[in-house]
Amino acid sequence: MSRIIRFIILDILKNRIVLVYTVLLAAFAWSAFSLEDNSSKGTLTLLNIILLIVPLVSILFTTIYIYNSAEFIELLVSQPIKRNKIWISLFAGLSLSFVIAFLLGVGIPLFVFADPNIAIMMTTIGSIITMVFIAIAFLSSILSRDKAKGIGVSISLWLYFALLFDGLVLFLLFQLAEYPIEKMMVFLAATSPIDLARILILLQLNVSALMGYTGAIFKDYFGSTLGLLVAFLLLLIWVIVPFLFSLKIFKHKDL
Amino acid sequence: MIEIKSISKRFGKLQVLNKVNLECNRGECIALIGPNGCGKTTLIKSILGMVLPNDGEILFKGKSIKQDFIYRSEIGYMPQIGRYPDNMTIGQVIEMIKNIRQHKGSYDEVLYHQFILPEMLNKRMSTLSGGTRQKVSAVLAFLFNPDVLILDEPTAGLDPLAAEMLKEKIIAEKQKGRLILITSHQLSELDDLISEIVFMNEGQVLFHKTIDALKDETGEARISKAITKILKSRVV
Amino acid sequence: MKAIVFILIQCLIPLLTFAKTWHIGEKHAFKKIKEGIAVAQNGDTILVEKGFYKEGNIIIDKSICFLGRNMPIIDGDRKFEVLSIKANNVTVEGFKIQHSGYATLDDPGGIKVYDSERVNIINNLVYDNFFGIYIQYSKNCLIKNNKIIAFGKQEQEIGNGIHCWKSDSLQIIGNDVRGNRDGIYFEFVTHSVIWRNTSVKNIRYGLHFMFSNNDAYFSNIFENNGAGVAVMYTKNVIMMNNTFKENWGDAAYGILLKDISDSYIYNNRFLNNTSAIFSDGANRIVIEKNIFQGNGWGLKVQASCMDLSMINNNFLGNTFDVSTNGTLVQNTFKANYWDKYEGYDLNKDGIGDVPYRPLSLFSVIVESNPPAMLLYRSFMVSLLDKSEKILPSLTPDNFIDNNPLMKSLKL
Repeated sequence: MSRIIRFIILDILKNRIVLVYTVLLAAFAWSAFSLEDNSSKGTLTLLNIILLIVPLVSILFTTIYIYNSAEFIELLVSQPIKRNKIWISLFAGLSLSFVIAFLLGVGIPLFVFADPNIAIMMTTIGSIITMVFIAIAFLSSILSRDKAKGIGVSISLWLYFALLFDGLVLFLLFQLAEYPIEKMMVFLAATSPIDLARILILLQLNVSALMGYTGAIFKDYFGSTLGLLVAFLLLLIWVIVPFLFSLKIFKHKDL
Repeated sequence: MIEIKSISKRFGKLQVLNKVNLECNRGECIALIGPNGCGKTTLIKSILGMVLPNDGEILFKGKSIKQDFIYRSEIGYMPQIGRYPDNMTIGQVIEMIKNIRQHKGSYDEVLYHQFILPEMLNKRMSTLSGGTRQKVSAVLAFLFNPDVLILDEPTAGLDPLAAEMLKEKIIAEKQKGRLILITSHQLSELDDLISEIVFMNEGQVLFHKTIDALKDETGEARISKAITKILKSRVV
Repeated sequence: MKAIVFILIQCLIPLLTFAKTWHIGEKHAFKKIKEGIAVAQNGDTILVEKGFYKEGNIIIDKSICFLGRNMPIIDGDRKFEVLSIKANNVTVEGFKIQHSGYATLDDPGGIKVYDSERVNIINNLVYDNFFGIYIQYSKNCLIKNNKIIAFGKQEQEIGNGIHCWKSDSLQIIGNDVRGNRDGIYFEFVTHSVIWRNTSVKNIRYGLHFMFSNNDAYFSNIFENNGAGVAVMYTKNVIMMNNTFKENWGDAAYGILLKDISDSYIYNNRFLNNTSAIFSDGANRIVIEKNIFQGNGWGLKVQASCMDLSMINNNFLGNTFDVSTNGTLVQNTFKANYWDKYEGYDLNKDGIGDVPYRPLSLFSVIVESNPPAMLLYRSFMVSLLDKSEKILPSLTPDNFIDNNPLMKSLKL
């Protein structure tokens, strides 16, 4: 398995896009920290990167890469390798490359400038978010044979999680303003990886007090060690479930 | 060696394979022929496990290939259109396949040298012509001394010289007692190679005969003519 | 010449009155403080040597000067009020006063002043008592340079650091108050000054101010208190040069202004508070030349407020500069610096040519629907805010600074 992963990583590195992505992330991150006079503003800029750019690049590149690797996958399938292995290696290779790109681009400046606790939290969550969107890309690209359609689905999913979901939440908030919906909000947030990530980082940035009662509930739920574990578990489920679905389909797919 | 038992495959509404039965044995060189879209490639892909039949069973050396993948280490496959990762060089592709297959025995590098691949190892796959890609595919198919060779339109796109080399190689392998499955449109090419012929149409095997039997029946010396004659007689 | 004679007479007066100094300690005739007080006359000095004195409740009912040398310890055994002052003209200086009793009925304190005038409490360490220094029905007292430390965990279990009740003309200067319920507590206290104190990590308020008119507090530091500072049911208060810092929590404020009028908030620094100023029922307040930096909310104005003037303040890095729950508010914003201002200044007079609206749409949404804060920092919200900035439609019209400054004021 590790051999295939190695080939995939080498192949991705040759693609240069990942290198450009790393450099861009680093440029953003370093300038965010050096242009702002206090590190918390830089941290917030990075938060936006983690919540918008990282998911977008991860999901788009992965979708395109999988479609472009159709031949490679075909070649591998005709060889004496388990299908599971091929798909998992592909996922591992992409995840590793992107997580490393993220750690190099954003992780280093974070650890240089930001509070270590926040840095740890943000790099961990950024890495998991990367994997979440790679997993979602796997699912959307296996669902359709048509490349254009697959990319369209991926972009739509990104739009949904990055934008539309929050709009829906806001709409619900207004519709149900008279009811005690705080607990429902906690549940709702857990159904979007981006929101889960955002709130986890915000809790770490000590703005939970700003969030009032809802924030307090969040802090109760996700502020404790157990809650933190649950939150990370939820995020990991966002990685595992889409990927396992795609794996199941891949196992029975005709190439 | 390979037993295909009543396999069927549908792509949506299209019935690509319809209860196909076939038996292929050691030392045979079988030509799989038929019009476009008759299910030849699907049949081959089914044997390789790339396409999963809806129904029926394929046995490789007596064992079902379902849920199995190790049997593929005994198959050399040359696809119709060799598609490889664009960013890799020829050398890397060969290296990777070697790496993946973890072949224990010796390598068969005859074609590798005949096609002068060592001089092109650093060329990227994306820069190669169709013919060169076919050469790479051919080299990979023969490299691991497999018991079974599955060649999908092997000579299409190759220059005459290379095609001739490949044919000689196929004959040599046949004599070593390997099972060889070839699909082709160009019946004229197959004359010296094959020992049996399988004719498919609309997902079904129309006939499966040895060359000798075919020639006897039709009284024709050339395979192409013999087949045309049979087909005509059937239509009538 | 007259002056010299006057001074000479001044020097001789003590001799004439035969004021005495009573020594108390291991090596002296009096081993116990109570014995000393029993024999002392008005005007005498009692000098207590270093040592440990556990004598129950000590009552000073004479006008004496009660001094400790090398910080003698007076211990209340967690049963008694340690030191009760029931006479005018008393000075208490240089003691460590610890372990008062705990009772919610009569509120025992480390030092408690009953109905007295001109009492000075200076340079004491008031340690681990129920109330620290307690002053009631008194006038012209000076509480200076004391350190008051307590270890309260819950509001109900601990009293206030400096507790002043129905008094007048007090001076609370340079004290350091930590770990009490309220750091400094004023109720019905008038014409008093709170100056250069530090009030840190108290469970409820750093300064709690009620029904106390005509007071001033300046140059104090209020940091990391449970709920910040509360100024309530009061008028004519001057708040100057104070620092309100890191009062962070669900219901924490730099200053909570509640039912207060005619007051002046000048040149204070509000740093990293959840809400720097929360005003509810505040009228005619001038807020001038303050720094609001890194707060969750700079200024939260309830609809019940009237006539607040915000002039020449710096707003830097706050989550929300201003928020409100109403629309009909007659408040003015004039010539402040807002770091979120994105306008321009063509004539280079330092004043932005486009008015600034400090009230963001999201802050209005959050005010009416607090759970919406959950969407803080989401892309959706930034989009909403940007569109509202370009086409204001939902935010109240009168929240507007017509002369926003281009550069922050040097404060």
